[in-house]
Amino acid sequence: MNQSPSGLLPGRSSQPGKRVLPGFALSLGVSLFFISLVLILPVTGLIVQTAGMGWAEYWAVVTDERVVASYKVTLWAAALASIINGVVGLLLAWVLVRYEFPGKRLMDALVDLPFALPTAVAGITLTALFAPDGWYGQLFALLGIKVAFTPLGIIVAMSFTSLPFVVRTVQPVLEDFAPEDEEAAVSLGASDWTVFRRILLPAMWPALMTGVALSFTRSLGEFGAVIFIAGNMPYVSEIISLMIFVRLQEFDHAAASAIASVVLVASLILLLGINLWQARYLRRLQGR
Amino acid sequence: MSISIEGITKRFGSFQALDNISLEVPDGKLIGLLGPSGSGKTTLLRIIAGLETADSGRILFQGEDVTRLHVRERRVGFVFQHYALFRHMTVAQNVAFGLEVLPAKERPKAAEIRQRVDTLLEMVQLGHLANRYPAQLSGGQKQRIALARALSMKPQILLLDEPFGALDAKVRKDLRRWLRTLHDEFHFTSVFVTHDQEEALELSDQVAVMSAGKIEQVDSPQRLYAEPGSRFVFDFLGHVNVFDGRLEEQVVRQGEAWVRLGEPVTSKELQLYMRSHEVRLQSMSEAHAHLPLRIESVSLVGAEVRLELSPIGWESAEPWEVGITHAQFNNWQPKRGDQCYAVPRVAHVIEEGSGAPRTLRWQAGEMDDPAAMI
Repeated sequence: MNQSPSGLLPGRSSQPGKRVLPGFALSLGVSLFFISLVLILPVTGLIVQTAGMGWAEYWAVVTDERVVASYKVTLWAAALASIINGVVGLLLAWVLVRYEFPGKRLMDALVDLPFALPTAVAGITLTALFAPDGWYGQLFALLGIKVAFTPLGIIVAMSFTSLPFVVRTVQPVLEDFAPEDEEAAVSLGASDWTVFRRILLPAMWPALMTGVALSFTRSLGEFGAVIFIAGNMPYVSEIISLMIFVRLQEFDHAAASAIASVVLVASLILLLGINLWQARYLRRLQGR
Repeated sequence: MSISIEGITKRFGSFQALDNISLEVPDGKLIGLLGPSGSGKTTLLRIIAGLETADSGRILFQGEDVTRLHVRERRVGFVFQHYALFRHMTVAQNVAFGLEVLPAKERPKAAEIRQRVDTLLEMVQLGHLANRYPAQLSGGQKQRIALARALSMKPQILLLDEPFGALDAKVRKDLRRWLRTLHDEFHFTSVFVTHDQEEALELSDQVAVMSAGKIEQVDSPQRLYAEPGSRFVFDFLGHVNVFDGRLEEQVVRQGEAWVRLGEPVTSKELQLYMRSHEVRLQSMSEAHAHLPLRIESVSLVGAEVRLELSPIGWESAEPWEVGITHAQFNNWQPKRGDQCYAVPRVAHVIEEGSGAPRTLRWQAGEMDDPAAMI
């Protein structure tokens, strides 16, 4: 790799403003091609399928009473699951970064398990655990709480599958955090809680929000883990992806796509919003 | 508020960071901890602040034992090498932080906090930057804000960890002078850490030279320079020219070079140390010294002209350095490759059995031969 500085593109080496790092065109090209292939093309297909319906028909499908009920259940459950993950994930990341204890590596690896496990397996396992005669289910039954086959079960399943998002986004930020900032705050008399609230949390905030948003959107689309534990009672514990699945089983592809498009747009808006907010937050720190 | 350090020892695993350190910092003094990296100076500073705990020994502020006191209760101002400003807070919020986190009953009113912050920012001459974020400031400005923040709680002790280490030479010099003025104005007791001997000598009332977890010497800058207590201190404070040889009948010889000593010395193997201003260059050798040298480079650095020289007919581990004035430079016009002779006015020798260098002098009449001078 002993190239002269202008060795890669001799013809353009004297061009002013040339990028120092070569390969911009190639890397961007490959990225765009790949994104088109695996993301944009399927999405276009989805839109094409719904395009067969008229507006009125589309509207009727996506605002069907049972479907609307499923939106509500899904949104509520996903919101609660991602908030729970925000708290627990932050704590987990904190413990993994800040403390040394036996089994730390194992715990670190376990965090990724929900990603590795087929969601259906997770669903079946959780159902078995939380069913009224399961290990956890028995305990909850003593308290008079029913988890499996209720919306509560949906939250449990969603939390399980999307926890790694929060941990894995917060962890690197916490690892990079300079201990001097904390020391400076403490030497100025701040209590541990104040240091956490006013120094650490603001530093972690963008990453935490991203993690929670990812967790939320993942929960919106969750299927395998949820359907086993949800009980799937119409108007009570049916989730959106189940409604899509039901339509598919009825060979009503257009209706399935229509409902899917609602989820898609909602997720897209949320992710875009989070990105914009984060960019603004970070820009403010740079004072621009 | 005076600081007493009594027998502080600290180990990191198998590494002895501090080995039974004792030091007195009188009230209102500015003390520099000077040493190479790994000498333990920063660890000592952090132990004084309470950011690190010692394995044994005590720290006393004004006679009161604070060894077990948490950093939060020690009420010292601490300035970090890399400023440690809170990125997500404006300059004013950074400076106000210490006041805002006071318990509710001690906390001043919002208006008073704003007033105090304004005063502090005026003091560091950065009032106009109150609403900026740290990312928008230069290094020198950041360090001044860090100082204002450290002083916001009116500490009686100010500790600074390589405060100017990350700044460029000009800013560093300005800040140094400014810190000295600030110190004299507010009468706090300061300890600062540095690896820059010039900074330590210029800024401090007393300098503690540290090496490998021990304090080598504590003295005023003048005495430290004039009477270094050990070879380490000698080497660490500025460049030293070394001539080593065997002593035979009062003459130290090595190869073609020799130096005749004016007073008796017991050691047989001798190393003569000469600082760059303790040597004179001449066009011919002198009755008491014959040290032929060749000029390797001539550099005009500020107030003096520095010549780098290599020995002819003898050896030296490092090249010699001698400073001459601009007037001498203009008369003589030395060039690369020219030959000349070094004549020591004063030399220091470390004799076996005693760690402290001894200063050897030559009688004035012996050396001031005007004909031979350059």
